[in-house]
Amino acid sequence: MSQRPTRKSYYEELRQRGYSRRDFMKFCATIAAYLGLETAGAGQVVKALESKPRIPVIWLHFQECTCCSESFIRSSHPIVADILLDKLSLDYTETLMAASGHQAEQCMRDTMEKYKGEYVLCVEGSVPTEADGVYCMIGGRTSLDILKEAGSNAKAVICWGSCASNGCVQAAKPNPTGATPIHKLLSGVPIIKVPGCPPIGEVMAGVLVHIITFGRIPELDGIGRPKAFYSKRVHDTCYRRPFYDAGLFVETFDDASAKKGHYLYKVGCKGPSTYNACGVTKWNNGTSFPIQSGHGCFGCSEEGYWDASALYLRNQPFPGFGIESDADKIGTAAAVVTVAGMAAHAVMTNVRKSRLISNLVKEGKKAEKDL
Amino acid sequence: MSTHKLRRVFVWQLPVRFFHWINALAIVTLCVTGYLIGKPPALQFSGEAYERYVFGWIRYIHFVAAYIFLFNFIFRIYWGFAGNKYARWKNFIPTTRKYFEEMWQVLKIDILQIKSKEHLVVGHNALAGFIYFLTFILFAIQCVTGFGLYEAMSQSWIAGMFAWVSPLFGGDFDLRQIHHITMWLFILFTIVHVHLVFYHDYVEGRGEISSMGGGWKFIEEEAFLREEEEPASNAKKVA
Repeated sequence: MSQRPTRKSYYEELRQRGYSRRDFMKFCATIAAYLGLETAGAGQVVKALESKPRIPVIWLHFQECTCCSESFIRSSHPIVADILLDKLSLDYTETLMAASGHQAEQCMRDTMEKYKGEYVLCVEGSVPTEADGVYCMIGGRTSLDILKEAGSNAKAVICWGSCASNGCVQAAKPNPTGATPIHKLLSGVPIIKVPGCPPIGEVMAGVLVHIITFGRIPELDGIGRPKAFYSKRVHDTCYRRPFYDAGLFVETFDDASAKKGHYLYKVGCKGPSTYNACGVTKWNNGTSFPIQSGHGCFGCSEEGYWDASALYLRNQPFPGFGIESDADKIGTAAAVVTVAGMAAHAVMTNVRKSRLISNLVKEGKKAEKDL
Repeated sequence: MSTHKLRRVFVWQLPVRFFHWINALAIVTLCVTGYLIGKPPALQFSGEAYERYVFGWIRYIHFVAAYIFLFNFIFRIYWGFAGNKYARWKNFIPTTRKYFEEMWQVLKIDILQIKSKEHLVVGHNALAGFIYFLTFILFAIQCVTGFGLYEAMSQSWIAGMFAWVSPLFGGDFDLRQIHHITMWLFILFTIVHVHLVFYHDYVEGRGEISSMGGGWKFIEEEAFLREEEEPASNAKKVA
């Protein structure tokens, strides 16, 4: 790769690959809808993909299972994979690139130098910080080292999945490798979190297309997630919501309510605490999502969902109170103890303050007679 | 046996009494509906879901009561600066050495009952005042976590002011846990509070319970005579 060809636009590359104009337009309309743009927005997407040269992308894999990549290449529209991943954009990604060894490393270095401040760094996975980071090394370097180098000159950093966004399973207690999400390691560069285990492919494509179309990162919420996809709870867009409002709940997975498709709140659905687009975008070409197949939401896109949530319980155990504890059990026990304490206090009062009380009674009775 | 002459003292102003009962009603409503939201009863219904809105109503009542609770609380903070001497913020926040001494005294006399001598407190005693201060902190925690959770489903700018809460806790999971367990602290407080109100009425005979109705307490004449000898003392021993 001594001489890079001039960068073509996305549209040009697609036409070369045999996609028709119609395919392209359909893709643009679809993705504009996912992004939540108004009708005119589709035109903006078309124009951007037609005219703008592709954005160079470095995609790093650290402590992860590659489910984010898998989700991405299964995104409903084939162009997503083709346009953004397979051929065009990725200058470096361990999973899918053809090059290996020194050539691959050289390719990443070239991209970083040539497109300094222009390339988008995508990170899949968390970074181990224990034992000087030896738990995840690539090409003889620690992932922290690679991240710092690649992150310092990036236009923006996209954290794919819960691993990169909040640590996910490997950061669960006791977190032996010191798995750390990206935002705690990088500063001075815009960071977009796209949590989920994995995130929805269309959401991932949407984030990239937004950056391509508008040349800037999408609007983020307080935690750093794109508002277009993470501002609503799964609960808010859940098709089972009417059962919740009606107070009809599945008690066990094999009861009549489960058959009727009632609300999964009491069998541990985390939809009411989980911010994601599953209820609208769904998965696998819009086929279904966990709740639709009769299983509660795990809350996989929420921080600390491995530690903070027992997957099939609505009320969570409290650390230090045992696995069976929840707020209501602890509270009930405390209330019983308190009532017992108050009863003991009442008895003690009548014993210890008997003279005082009998004086009051006498005084009162005398007044009763006097009146 | 001595016979006491009692003098009527106006302790709890009307706004304080209104605050108290609105607060009590709101807390009971919030605890009952909150408990149901956390642990909905298993109801069966043969009709269609659209015919019912039971859980929706429970949540609606919870949210309405939450707004009332919040503004009632804000009003009480204001009244801590505008109210009479028994309503002032100094009753709740220990600022003097005397405050701590009185707390210890109340602990000895009322709770541990080591001493049998009674003491006179007209408004809040120091220990109660301090406990109320801690409950005010619970109020704040409950408002912040509650509206933090509510913010995601509300268009209201009032709820919108709590948009920072969820990110601070990294999401709704922990927020929900805190909100849930704090409800139980309210329940524990209520048990102790009701018991001690009866206790004080019973051993002191000054109209502790009814004072939150009419605002009056009935204080022994001797206390006023001693007041002239040794003025400006909030808590004194009465033989």
